[in-house]
Amino acid sequence: MSSATLTRSPDRAKVTAWLQNYGVYLAVVVLLLFNVFFTENFLSAANFRTQLVQASPVCIVALGMALVIGTEGIDLSVGSVMAIAAALIPLYLGAGPLTAIIVAVIAGVVSGLFSGYLVAYLGIQPIIATLALLVGGRGLALVIAHGQLVQVRNQDFLELGTGDVLGVPIMVIVAGVLAVLAGLVVQRTTFGRHLVAVGGNRSASTLAGLPVKRVLVSVYVISGALAAIAGVLATSRLGASDPSDVGLLMELSAITAVVVGGTPLTGGRVRVLGTVFGALLMQLVQATLIKHNLPDSTAQMVQAAIIVVAVYVARERSSK
Amino acid sequence: MTAQSATPVSARNAAFAGVLQRQGAAVVLVLGIAAAWFAFPHFGTADNLRSLVLQGSFLAVIALGMTFVIISGGIDLSVGSNYALGGVLAAWGAQYGIFVAILLPLAVCSLIGLINGLLIARTGMAPFIVTLASLLFARGLLLALTSEGATTYKVDPGSAFLWLGQGTIFGVGVPVYLTLILFALGGLLLRRTRFGQSVFAIGGAENSAMLMGLPVARTKISLYTLSGGLAGFAGVLTAAYLQSGVTVIGVGTELDAISVVVIGGTLLTGGAGTIIGTLVGVLLRTLIQNVINQIGTLDSNYQTVVSGAFLLVVVVIQRLLARSRTR
Repeated sequence: MSSATLTRSPDRAKVTAWLQNYGVYLAVVVLLLFNVFFTENFLSAANFRTQLVQASPVCIVALGMALVIGTEGIDLSVGSVMAIAAALIPLYLGAGPLTAIIVAVIAGVVSGLFSGYLVAYLGIQPIIATLALLVGGRGLALVIAHGQLVQVRNQDFLELGTGDVLGVPIMVIVAGVLAVLAGLVVQRTTFGRHLVAVGGNRSASTLAGLPVKRVLVSVYVISGALAAIAGVLATSRLGASDPSDVGLLMELSAITAVVVGGTPLTGGRVRVLGTVFGALLMQLVQATLIKHNLPDSTAQMVQAAIIVVAVYVARERSSK
Repeated sequence: MTAQSATPVSARNAAFAGVLQRQGAAVVLVLGIAAAWFAFPHFGTADNLRSLVLQGSFLAVIALGMTFVIISGGIDLSVGSNYALGGVLAAWGAQYGIFVAILLPLAVCSLIGLINGLLIARTGMAPFIVTLASLLFARGLLLALTSEGATTYKVDPGSAFLWLGQGTIFGVGVPVYLTLILFALGGLLLRRTRFGQSVFAIGGAENSAMLMGLPVARTKISLYTLSGGLAGFAGVLTAAYLQSGVTVIGVGTELDAISVVVIGGTLLTGGAGTIIGTLVGVLLRTLIQNVINQIGTLDSNYQTVVSGAFLLVVVVIQRLLARSRTR
């Protein structure tokens, strides 16, 4: 690695650095332009709405994942937390949509506390701490729901996934607000600075007296709560609680969005806007391939190629 | 371990903790088998024990490769997809004879592993992300080969290939024997060869391994190739057992494999681990599944809850013991 850095010409270094910073935006713009010219019926308000709505759950989960990755962690449990949230909704809808949502989000917070405690206080590797919840969590969701898909008929609750305000889907508004909040937290709060410091150098942060453990627990709690919100939204959009399917492989999509957006897996840096665009990019890739009648299989292989290229480009800075 | 000779008592405690940490899973396994034997009349029957070891053998083959990778400090998330892909290729290849049915999946899955290894060793990209990409890639390839999962390749019932999965020797399934042979070879490779030493050295401290002049890149590339090939071979055995290439298997198998390796005492941080431990881990997981099936009235979803909880308990105990030893 170091030898490659030494022999690299300054021009190429500049291009790489530029790509690292702006590659994801460039890719989104290129794909948008491609679709505008070569895809039928792409330039319609309805289509844009669909794209944004479909990107919203991944985006929301990826925001939490970005914070976790910023501390050099990883949260594999997000998909299962979505399933737990979805399974709880039908049980508490009788007491009103708000109660059901609050219960679901509390379940996400508790899941996050659990993972965070294991990581921060017991010193268990994030990948294993959250793997246990990934394996057990979906089983738990299925046990709660007795393994069944349950139709949801509460109109107020369904409004969340299908309704809109001034023409903007509620799901997109939720994702947008959460993204702005995440951006503010990272850029403008002490917590955000601590988070980046912990990810950059944990032992130095400990020596400097930063509340390392509290920061670590907090990011997993945020990630759990956001995953639960995504689970609530997915349930509302589907009109049914499907704990065996909701959030399946979500951990991979979210990690992809974060990494493609320029947040290094080695921590110490969080790019919120990049993450949002990472989620948009993955959605656009899928939509483009589907609209051109390329099958799901090709979409997956293209997604794989994008991950490798994005990480390859991002790698040199993070390895320094 | 050797440094702790302060007082006899603490040395004995440390040794005890060490045994627990390394053999804890084996102790739990023995206790679990004993309990199941008494609690469920059907459990101890030859039929049930045979099916138990047969069911475990497929995961065991995958976990063998994963053990090598994890000892080196890496991780291979692509094994589940490779496993499914290997099965489909085997079932498709069976129409051209038994050799194609075995060699084609081995070649393709090893190649995917080789690419994983090349990307990880030559570019310094994280194993987690590289193998995540190939998880998607192999699953995409599998879907493309089966017209988006709509086609299931069936193996001709007269094919000799089926013996690999369905045959028995002394009443025990052929996959069980093959698994034991592979584990014996794996143990020799890990403990008795220079390659095995390099794997431990890389997992312990990669920089030192490099400074010592060990072939770090070459070893890593071989490791991931091995892991891919073994996952493909598990797919071959499964296709022969099920008589077809099932497209929906293998989702989440990488996590099962990682769990059993960790339960077996191999440290995810790399540098330490055993092949036998992995075998114990696989048996424990299969035992849990079996017991839940025996209970019958228990929701089968509890299986994953118990697996997750068990993984957690083992990791926490490992962690606490490791802490008490370093103090």
